[in-house]
Amino acid sequence: MMVWLILLPLLWASFAFLLGPGRGVWLAMAGLLAQLWLAYALAEEIVASGVAEHAVGGWGAPLGIDLVADGLSAAMLLLTQCVALPLAVYASAYFKRDDPAATYFWPLVGFLLAGLNALFLSADLFNSYVTLELLGLAAVGLVAAGGGAQQIASALRYLFATLVGSGAYLLGVALIYGTYGTVSTVTLTPLIGAGAPDLVWIAGGLMVVGLMLKTALFPFHFWLPPAHGGAPAPVSALLSAVVVKASFYLILRLWIGPFSSLTVAANLVVWLPALLGMLAVFWGSYQAIRAERLKMLVAYSTVAQLGYLFLIFPLLVSAGALQAVIMQVFAHGLAKAAMFAAAGTLIKATGQDTVAGLAGVAERLPVTLFAFGLAGVTLMGLPPSSGFLAKWQLIELALSQQYWVIAFVVLVGGLLAAVYVFRVLRQAFLLAPAGSVVMPVPRTLEWTAFVLAAASVLLGLRGVELMQLVGIT
Amino acid sequence: MTGELLFASVGVILFALGVAGVLLIGHLLRRVLAFNVMGSGAFLVLVGLAQRNGIADPVPQAMVLTGIVVAVAATALALALVRRLYVLTGKLELSQDDDE
Repeated sequence: MMVWLILLPLLWASFAFLLGPGRGVWLAMAGLLAQLWLAYALAEEIVASGVAEHAVGGWGAPLGIDLVADGLSAAMLLLTQCVALPLAVYASAYFKRDDPAATYFWPLVGFLLAGLNALFLSADLFNSYVTLELLGLAAVGLVAAGGGAQQIASALRYLFATLVGSGAYLLGVALIYGTYGTVSTVTLTPLIGAGAPDLVWIAGGLMVVGLMLKTALFPFHFWLPPAHGGAPAPVSALLSAVVVKASFYLILRLWIGPFSSLTVAANLVVWLPALLGMLAVFWGSYQAIRAERLKMLVAYSTVAQLGYLFLIFPLLVSAGALQAVIMQVFAHGLAKAAMFAAAGTLIKATGQDTVAGLAGVAERLPVTLFAFGLAGVTLMGLPPSSGFLAKWQLIELALSQQYWVIAFVVLVGGLLAAVYVFRVLRQAFLLAPAGSVVMPVPRTLEWTAFVLAAASVLLGLRGVELMQLVGIT
Repeated sequence: MTGELLFASVGVILFALGVAGVLLIGHLLRRVLAFNVMGSGAFLVLVGLAQRNGIADPVPQAMVLTGIVVAVAATALALALVRRLYVLTGKLELSQDDDE
């Protein structure tokens, strides 16, 4: 089952490539549907009988490659497939025939998903590196797909950032292998004790900083807004919703796995990511409030929302922290996919992408605007959305350990999110200036965004199952 | 200084030089080359550190082989993008003014 989660997207991506430019929509849909079922079945299996393992080709570690799925991996796999399927439907309606941006869209999405799924299933540091690179190269290809000078430039900037990030990660892996002679996370966890040599500290630092660069944590966020804001809407949605979470997932894995004794030993270390996370919340929100272009606003909102994820590190020692952060990952993943999809529809309908040009769309595209608003509800953290649940848990954890500053940042971040969301909504409800044209858009575009947004809100009501799943280790 | 430490130190120096190049150099072709220097540095550390009493360990060699494949793919993608940018704008540098 686990192998097919990786093989299936590779297969349909390769066939879609062979079919030729712009083809392969139905292959992709069938593959994605099967993947969603596989991810769901895997989650059920894990709930029923605990952590699942698979040695690829019958060769176990250390020679072969082991795949391991626990609750955390299963949850991430589920989120990825849940976001990818509606976005694929959205993309099939978004790209016109012979759109140059759609030429290699389906193969690249397939390779991207294969990389993501493999990353969530890998059980050693080196495989994680390979999957990170696979993911990064496919994502850069998608950003560049539009083919304009601006898009190529942001793709290059993204490429260099992601290469430096994974280079630092690889050097860390090399140092770890040189010290312990293994890269398996299970074997390493008991080996790395509090008295580990300095080399291991350096290795850990390199790996975590490299991954932070790939997760676009402030101040390493410089590459994200142009890359996510400039790509076609389905691509931006996929990148913001799941791709940046992949490197975060790896940081989290390292933090609670191999490096757990290091992070417990050094109390101050846990505050560094949290501090950067706080700055990210403020800086990202400030830039989103100021942004003139709609997609830039949504992209900077991603910078801010990623900041919340890093607030968890000082709290990880207490029970329930993992659940809180995964809830935030889900909330942001679904809501941001919906928001980028809705933004793409608005841009397509109005023919321009400034916030100021949105006047009058409330009347013409109510479903899309409602989807944007619902996604905004999740980002602000209003009940009953999953964003509310995530922030509630975060604040509760922070207060129980008397880390007032974290609770404060979460609350203020919600208010700032309200400012940029309402900026868009207010503009949309203004009367349209005379002579403005709102083009008709396919219904599919409107409703897929709505489904994603509704899912992000409704997940708040069904959060218990997800938290149960994440708790299985 | 033992052989493994020598390899590893040279690797770290190469890596640092490469990172500095990727971050500081404006010319895109030279940046792609700098990335390759960086990658080679990491590979050298991986192979160099993992010798046990002068006997080479085969596992990191297999890893480096995989790493080289990844680096070749990344270089090809970077070169393709650089070439496209050159066709479109006639420049081999990223301008600073497009981050809004």
